[in-house]
Amino acid sequence: MSRLLSFVLVAGLASVPLWLRDFYVLHVLITTGIFIIAAMSLNLLLGFTGQLSLGHVAFFGIGAYTSALVSLGFEIHVLPDVTVGLAPKPVWFAMVTGIVVAGLTGYAIGKLSFRVRGAYFVIVSISFAEVVRLVAVNWVELTQGPMALNNIPALTLGIGPIELSFLRKPSFYLLVLAAMVVCYIIIMRLVNSRAGRAMIALRENESLAMSVGIDVTRYLVIATIVSAAMAGMAGALYTHYIRIVDPDIFLFIYTVTMVIMVITGGKGTLTGPLVGGALFGILPEVLRAMAIRPEVQWIIYGVLMVLVVYFLPEGIVPAIKRSLAGWKRRPIDAL
Amino acid sequence: MSVQAETVLSIEHVAVHFEGLVAIADMTFSVRAGEIVGLIGPNGAGKTTAFNVITGFLKPTSGEVRYRSTPLNRLKPHEIAALGLVRTFQRTSVFRNSSVFENVLTGLHCRGRSNIWQSLLKTRREKEAERELVKDANEILQFVGLERRASEAAGNLPYGEQRLLGVAMALAVKPSMLLLDEPVSGMNPSETARFTQLVKKIGATGVTILLVEHDMPMVMQVSDRIVVLNHGRIIAEGSPTEIQNNPEVIRAYLGQGKKRA
Repeated sequence: MSRLLSFVLVAGLASVPLWLRDFYVLHVLITTGIFIIAAMSLNLLLGFTGQLSLGHVAFFGIGAYTSALVSLGFEIHVLPDVTVGLAPKPVWFAMVTGIVVAGLTGYAIGKLSFRVRGAYFVIVSISFAEVVRLVAVNWVELTQGPMALNNIPALTLGIGPIELSFLRKPSFYLLVLAAMVVCYIIIMRLVNSRAGRAMIALRENESLAMSVGIDVTRYLVIATIVSAAMAGMAGALYTHYIRIVDPDIFLFIYTVTMVIMVITGGKGTLTGPLVGGALFGILPEVLRAMAIRPEVQWIIYGVLMVLVVYFLPEGIVPAIKRSLAGWKRRPIDAL
Repeated sequence: MSVQAETVLSIEHVAVHFEGLVAIADMTFSVRAGEIVGLIGPNGAGKTTAFNVITGFLKPTSGEVRYRSTPLNRLKPHEIAALGLVRTFQRTSVFRNSSVFENVLTGLHCRGRSNIWQSLLKTRREKEAERELVKDANEILQFVGLERRASEAAGNLPYGEQRLLGVAMALAVKPSMLLLDEPVSGMNPSETARFTQLVKKIGATGVTILLVEHDMPMVMQVSDRIVVLNHGRIIAEGSPTEIQNNPEVIRAYLGQGKKRA
């Protein structure tokens, strides 16, 4: 997208809180935005680096829980009479910790998983997410298990005499929008760089990539770290918005939702997750407003995904690119 | 003749066993700097296995491969490429879904220096580095003669040009030695002639070349020296003329059979 168009789009989105009075719609936009950030992170790993990691929700949840725990403080018994505790920290610090811990987990997973390939890698990634979920459910002392962590503080920032509070929806909406723009720029710069070329090469043909000197493991790990940290950021945003977090956050269905967003939007494109995320973030609310029963909603998503994969197998964004290129007779690479 | 050039690649008593199957029994030969050596032999002789061992895609059961006195046995393929020993592939030799230009840019990976942080912050150094790489890519495309195809998808190129692109990518790594895996297989005579000229052009720049090939006229034309592999062993070495008249070689290709009247 041209710079001007992007700027106009972002400015337009930023102006929404000024004229939109319906807080429910704003809430939907916020959760959709958080999902889009998570989808963008998955797209880096799945779309650009070609790794089918089906445990992605684990990074989201780790970011969410870490941020919650650091902002609430915790105390756990490591031995029967020895406790380790952390006093509550400012929310911005908690969120940064969430991102860092998610990134570190990504590092560990990247290093371990790359020893196994193909179907085995997929199984390892699913198992990892499931194990993390079980830890969250059962380590009650730390995570409160199914009783959830609640009363999570909202984000407040004090810069000199100015105090910004991201408690209410309009301000949080702008925070999520800013985070989305930053993440988009990070991914755009990464995939158009030398490192990005290496990641795409390893997706297309590993042996060929190795033969021109690309350290395939290293770039896979880098992709996993960035992807995990970004998903962790989405999780941290979620935590300090909803302000309650329970182990259901780790359910496999959320990974599936993210994968659907990436694949229908167009994996390996920059704007694909935006389109996919917007579609599958907003659609549930639209259907709910039409008073359609939950079971029927899920059927509709399934049918929609099947239709997209059948008629537009590369996703919505590549299909649009192709029709635009045919119309204008000129290749469009910027999307 | 000038002083004998130093040995750059030495393969010593390399053997490769796959469980009970002996792919290479005992292979020993060396390549000197600046030479163009052709490795020939009947199908199943072990040539591609030899390539895979030399470039780190396969661990030999025993024996040692040395490149400029650095043992290659423990190195991974990308480390061997970074040493200057680069190979091409016979099949899937290009990134089909990327443009020709992007393929060469990917091959220039080793020449780039920017790390992740520089890329994310888009520092001035990063932008300069990228400009350099773009310049290098254009030069390479001109060298192999693909400059007019730069923006086409690599998968859409005719087969002969895809192989040219594979060589262009290998050249992007700035190799001191190039291993060509059946470079002209499947090419028609004019593509083969064009490629032979390219190989000579590359050799003239000082790059040592080892190629595996079945097209006898092409190999005889382009090689300074020929090494013949059969049943996992070297059975003959010498100049193209010597090899053409070597009875062992003739028997390896044509079999024992009846004596001619």
